Amino acid sequence: MPEIRVPFRGGGFRPEARRGTGIAVFLLLLFLIEWGTRTGWISNLTLPRPSDVAATLGDLARSGALWTHLLPSLSRLAVGSVLGISAGIGVGVLIGLFSYIRAGLVPLVAAIFPIPKIALLPLFVIWFGIDEGSKYALIALGTFTPTVVATYGAVDNVDRGLIRMGQSFGLGWWSIVRKIVLPGALPGILSGLRVSLAIGIILLVAAEMLGAEHGIGAYILQAGALYDLERLFAGVVILSCLGVLTSWAIGKIEKRLLVWRG
Amino acid sequence: MELAVRGLTHCYGDMVVLDDVSLHIPAGEILCVVGPSGCGKSTLLRMLGGLEQPDWGEVLQGGTPPEGCLNPLTYVFQDFALLPWRSVAGNISLVLEDHRLPGDRVRAIIEDVLARTRLSDFHDALPRQLSGGMKQRVAIARALAVNPAVMLLDEPLSALDAQTRELLMEDLVALWERQPFTGVYVTHNLAEAVRLGHRIAVLSRRPGRVREVIEVPGTLSERHAGDAGLEAIQAHLWALMRDEAVAADLELLDA
Ligand SMILES: Nc1ncnc2c1ncn2[C@@H]1O[C@H](COP(=O)(O)OP(=O)(O)OP(=O)(O)O)[C@@H](O)[C@H]1O
Ligand SMILES: [Mg+2]
Repeated sequence: MPEIRVPFRGGGFRPEARRGTGIAVFLLLLFLIEWGTRTGWISNLTLPRPSDVAATLGDLARSGALWTHLLPSLSRLAVGSVLGISAGIGVGVLIGLFSYIRAGLVPLVAAIFPIPKIALLPLFVIWFGIDEGSKYALIALGTFTPTVVATYGAVDNVDRGLIRMGQSFGLGWWSIVRKIVLPGALPGILSGLRVSLAIGIILLVAAEMLGAEHGIGAYILQAGALYDLERLFAGVVILSCLGVLTSWAIGKIEKRLLVWRG
Repeated sequence: MELAVRGLTHCYGDMVVLDDVSLHIPAGEILCVVGPSGCGKSTLLRMLGGLEQPDWGEVLQGGTPPEGCLNPLTYVFQDFALLPWRSVAGNISLVLEDHRLPGDRVRAIIEDVLARTRLSDFHDALPRQLSGGMKQRVAIARALAVNPAVMLLDEPLSALDAQTRELLMEDLVALWERQPFTGVYVTHNLAEAVRLGHRIAVLSRRPGRVREVIEVPGTLSERHAGDAGLEAIQAHLWALMRDEAVAADLELLDA
């Protein structure tokens, strides 16, 4: 009789949802910092106490200042990224479908992508005005390039066999694009959106730091100038929440639209 | 509808894939095409349905498609080619949507083809929930929905297990009996060829030429696995193909 059990070698390489793990890591970190700052193991100049940051956030919410900063930021992010992402998806699909557009635009996109968009802000101020216009343009341009790249990659990856099938049944060009290419590219486009929106948030703050009365960026800049660590971190926490929120929203959308992937 | 292929020659780069292929597929008959791997069977089929242009020669169609035919030349693909984001019914309605049919007509067609392929219970299932044999039945239902004049099938059963293949072969025969369609059926499997073909065209190894066209006697519904007459034809086909297959194999090793 053989007696050694065959060792298990499968499993792994397939992350699954583990509820609460993210929050646990987060809380543990907060607890460590709180404990460190209370015992003096971390000096007050290095990191603010989490409870103080929470209190600052509470004050901010109570005084209504939270909204005077958050609302302009959110509307800038929304307008800018909607412009950039919709243009990006449009151009990305065109690059994915037409040889000349691809040959003409791919090098251009590659040239624009690595430019730190914030360096162009003075230019945008001249073109679109010192107010909201330049901020919209900055966020739009920043979200545009990654969306284009993700979109045409996703279109390239659509199963050509499905497109061939559509043609073989006499589907029109527009039907093939709408019913085969776009849904097939959707997973790739959505995961590109995560990157685009994160870049959008970074640019939002950068733009507000360079010139805005209200907004999370302006708030953080003021706090930094006064070396007010509690307020600075309160602002940073708001940004992080914004990032987590957009990522969560995209996750929800993916769950909704991509049930077919199972 | 009938199809004719005249002097079809095609090259990919400087590799000749098809060399002066001529065939005639009369209306209401199924022509099986067999031949060694890489001899250009799929290429030939793509040209028959207008998905690819031959370098030389032409594909001709004759006769008028039947009443209510939405897509005269219709394919059934080896990999099923179902849209994973559409349900079974959605995949079928896909090929009807561009024809501006009234909604109840579309629903009636879908119900009818699902019933004919015994899929009525899977109306709302997604492709990933179906087995391979069921996916291919959906693909066949989709092809039936456009009421084709000619069915072009590229190894439709080769991704399936032997039992499912046997069942689907019976399904195909039943569908043909119910409404005889013109068919071109590409396969590696000689048993399928003798069961489903009225005639069988044997292609040589690359460059594909027509070596022989064999008539298979008897009606489709009377043929069964293990029939002595069919076995004899199958043996003859194998004798024709064996040397070619061996040579084709060696060629691949050389390349
Ligand atoms: N689009 C293409 N571009 C270049 N070469 C191709 C293309 N399609 C097919 N070929 C080549 O042409 C030859 C014939 O291909 P084809 O797919 O028609 O063969 P087949 O008889 O269907 O083979 P199999 O039995 O393996 O399905 C093969 O050598 C293949 O590599
Ligand atoms: Mg093939």
